[in-house]
Amino acid sequence: MPTSKLMRPLITCGVLAGTVMLASGCKSMIVFDPKGPIGLQQRDLINITMLLCLIILVPVLVITAWIIWRFRDKKGNKAPYQPVWSHSTKLEIVWWGIPIAVILVLAIVTARYTYALDPAKPIASDNKPITVQVTSLDWKWLFQYPEQGIATVNYLVIPERTPIKFELTSDGPMNSFWVPQLGGMIYTMSGMATTMYLQADEPGNYMGTGANFTGRDFAKMGFTAKATSKAEFDQWVAEAKNSGNALSEEGYQQLAKPGPSNRMTFASVPSGLFERIVNEYSTSRGAPPGYTIKAETLSEEKKAEHTEHPESGQLPPGNNAQKDAHDINSFGQSDPKAHPMHMNHGK
Amino acid sequence: MIDSIKDFVSWFFVTGDPLIYGADVSIVLTTVAIIFVLTYFGKWGWLWREWLTTVDHKRVGIMYIIASLLMLFRGGVDALLMRTQLAFPDMKFLSPEHYNEVFTTHGVEMILFMAMPLMFGLFNIAVPLQLGARDVAFPFLNSLSFWLFFMGAMLFNMSFVIGGSANAGWLSYPPLSELTGSPSVGEDFYIWGVQISGIGSLMTGINFIVTIVKMRAPGMTWSKVPIFTWSVFSSCIAIIVAFPVLTVTLALLFLDRFLGAHFFTMDGGGNAMMYVNLIWMWGHPEVYIIVLPAFGVFSEVVAAFSRKRLFGYASMVFAMLSISFLAYFTWLHHFFTMGSGADVNLFFAITTMIIAIPTGVKIFNWLFTMYRGRISFETPMLWTLGFIPCFVVGGMTGVMLSAAPADFQFHNSYFLIAHFHQVLIGGAVFGYFAGLYYWWPKIFGFKLNETIGKWAFWIWNIGFYVCFMPQYFVGLDGMTRRLSSYGWDRGWWAMNFTSTIGGFLMGLGFLFQVWQIAHSIKFMEKDTTGDPWGARTLEWSIPSPAPLYNFATVPVVTDRDDWWEEKERIAAGKAPKAKPALEPIHMPKNSSIPFIQAICWFTVGFGLVFHWLWIAIPGFIGIAATMLAHSFNYDTDYYIPVDEIKRTEAEAGRIV
Repeated sequence: MPTSKLMRPLITCGVLAGTVMLASGCKSMIVFDPKGPIGLQQRDLINITMLLCLIILVPVLVITAWIIWRFRDKKGNKAPYQPVWSHSTKLEIVWWGIPIAVILVLAIVTARYTYALDPAKPIASDNKPITVQVTSLDWKWLFQYPEQGIATVNYLVIPERTPIKFELTSDGPMNSFWVPQLGGMIYTMSGMATTMYLQADEPGNYMGTGANFTGRDFAKMGFTAKATSKAEFDQWVAEAKNSGNALSEEGYQQLAKPGPSNRMTFASVPSGLFERIVNEYSTSRGAPPGYTIKAETLSEEKKAEHTEHPESGQLPPGNNAQKDAHDINSFGQSDPKAHPMHMNHGK
Repeated sequence: MIDSIKDFVSWFFVTGDPLIYGADVSIVLTTVAIIFVLTYFGKWGWLWREWLTTVDHKRVGIMYIIASLLMLFRGGVDALLMRTQLAFPDMKFLSPEHYNEVFTTHGVEMILFMAMPLMFGLFNIAVPLQLGARDVAFPFLNSLSFWLFFMGAMLFNMSFVIGGSANAGWLSYPPLSELTGSPSVGEDFYIWGVQISGIGSLMTGINFIVTIVKMRAPGMTWSKVPIFTWSVFSSCIAIIVAFPVLTVTLALLFLDRFLGAHFFTMDGGGNAMMYVNLIWMWGHPEVYIIVLPAFGVFSEVVAAFSRKRLFGYASMVFAMLSISFLAYFTWLHHFFTMGSGADVNLFFAITTMIIAIPTGVKIFNWLFTMYRGRISFETPMLWTLGFIPCFVVGGMTGVMLSAAPADFQFHNSYFLIAHFHQVLIGGAVFGYFAGLYYWWPKIFGFKLNETIGKWAFWIWNIGFYVCFMPQYFVGLDGMTRRLSSYGWDRGWWAMNFTSTIGGFLMGLGFLFQVWQIAHSIKFMEKDTTGDPWGARTLEWSIPSPAPLYNFATVPVVTDRDDWWEEKERIAAGKAPKAKPALEPIHMPKNSSIPFIQAICWFTVGFGLVFHWLWIAIPGFIGIAATMLAHSFNYDTDYYIPVDEIKRTEAEAGRIV
């Protein structure tokens, strides 16, 4: 049979090519080239799981090729033929046993790593963590530095060897924040804030991207995460603060409108903006007492605003669930201190 | 007046894209051609009597297969459009909006309107014949299931030229799929297309469970049920538990969009995470629903073409049933990255890994079925042998994905895309192809050309690896799914270009299959034996194609591979089993109600998509009226007289 002759070399070639590609490709593939403790541990786990799988995979492929060759239907094939042999308790125990053993090992390894790499777990370090508040918008990333009081769009600067506490939310569809060389990944969802700690061990420009589809210009949600020395970071912060380009409430509303964006730097942000973005959606869900009153107040304000700015809606008429710009307008004007804000954290 | 008509038309029809206009023209031309041919040859009555109103499981099966192959073509064209767009960085072949519609359509078509109906087609063809039954338990319901699937699929496909396609991904996560993110009617087409065909799928699940439980031939105890039928049984259990979840989830999403409810919106008390959980509570069992019958096909084929009993039958059955049970406890692995916390992630990571155990055992059993057998390499067996390495590699990457913290680096990247295409194509599609080639002579009464079939197999297989292996690597290089374009700076070009070449090779393989079918119809090689492969189960004991009543006399089963053992007995010079005298055969009558009711469902769906109650309400009335009409119809059966059975059997060369 010509086909059976083709089969074996094909499998062999496939395995060989795969190994070569793996060996040569690993260095260039960024997941295998981590620059931080989280990415490093994730790479180790990937290697362990891959190794455990290969322990089964390679023998199975070899046995498959050998069986197909040995027992092919060809005149003069002297291999034994036992057409009614269909059960062997011993053999079946063996091949129930092998995957069970491998999965057991894998489960133990995974359990240890799952707790060690819980995204919300702080990274042990002598340096004090820096907080970055991430908001995924349609279709751009807003990064706020609450401790520095600055903000950026579509680029991130972080000091090396310092844990970064990312607090993440979305003002729009669900996205996912991924910087492969620092470690992955967590969803950004409106109405709640998730937490993830990452750290860069050396300076460099690392690719970042959105990983969950959000609509038209989703492909334009790539960003750069630049890790610098502490001194350079402080200098960058100082420059940003002196740039004079402040993010106002109105500026945020403009920014939140659907569309791609270039890089931007803001010298200041309105106080409590991130918390308001989170809470904007959560007034009736898990919000503390007193929030309903606020929601009602808001809807009254909305009505008033709506009559003032009938053109403010983004979407075609008849859209009863639309998130209007005036929604944000209204809380922008309310004093955050008068209405205590709470964050849904780590949900 | 004229302006408002113009406005309406440009909103109602999809306009502005040459690709769409091309499709419009070809749709119109094809429709005209079909109408012309039917009229010219006077075939309208034939079409109505023999096909549209049939309740015969074999014909329903054929219609499922034809529809699914058409959907495979459309889904495949979508795939090639995507691969063309991604072949080079910064391509302008498709706009982002168009790209989003194309990948959404590709996913829905392939899973729901290609894999599901192709699978149901094989259920319909093989299960009653394997059981020694005359039809399924509920032939009327079976026909209704098919027409609901078909109308659902047509409704979904229509959005291509009318109103605009869905563009929020094949599972349409809110809040993107809510009115805020997707104000167009595409999402509603998605909801109603999937909803209507989903109801059909649920009914098929019920139908086949009852058929397998109640309609096995005398003597066929559970331990003698053919393995493919067991796989159908385990798949149908998963269907009847999972599909109601889909129905409810889509209904809630529709209420959000239609009535302004807030089940999944982020404001007004809703929660999008609820949708993601619900849709995967259906979505994960769904992948096992479509892969289990493929396992059944492989088990049949590997035994038949190794001339040997299936190794570890009891293990195989246990493995399939445990897979269909475990399938409900793994859904969260689709969103480890949602931040559920280590405890939850670990639970689902381990359940996911556990499912690899029965799957792995099945691989060993197939290998040891071939061990000490005599393997021949006809096309059904080739697809089975192609499946084993492909699925083992796909399963391995699946286990890698199941380690939750590692998944943080794989999630939504092309690594994931490569993985699930490898298990869905390498598992399900290869399995259905194997099944289609295997049962083709039984369905149509002639064999397919083996030489072209082998070419098709090799082109498909090589194309598959060329297409999807690079995607693992580009995924590990940070490329995420659903990107409509990427820049030169990313370094993803070479892998993507290779992948595109592979995609087109698979398309070429498909063309070879079309050629194979056309060639085989022209140079028809009739199967006069009824058992062209020397196979093992009851369906091969009757003529090809199977007569209307399947079995002239109901077989009495004494062994697991009953037909094989019978052949062995005859070869050893022993007397074949005694057959009882012929009796008139009780058969179900054709019914036009399923077809008409499905059109009413289509009308309801179409009306609700556009929020036109004046269309939807008559549709609802039509559904109720057809249900009533069927309830009071007592003229549903007839008997085939003995003379006619004798004549049919004699024509097929059988002496009764």
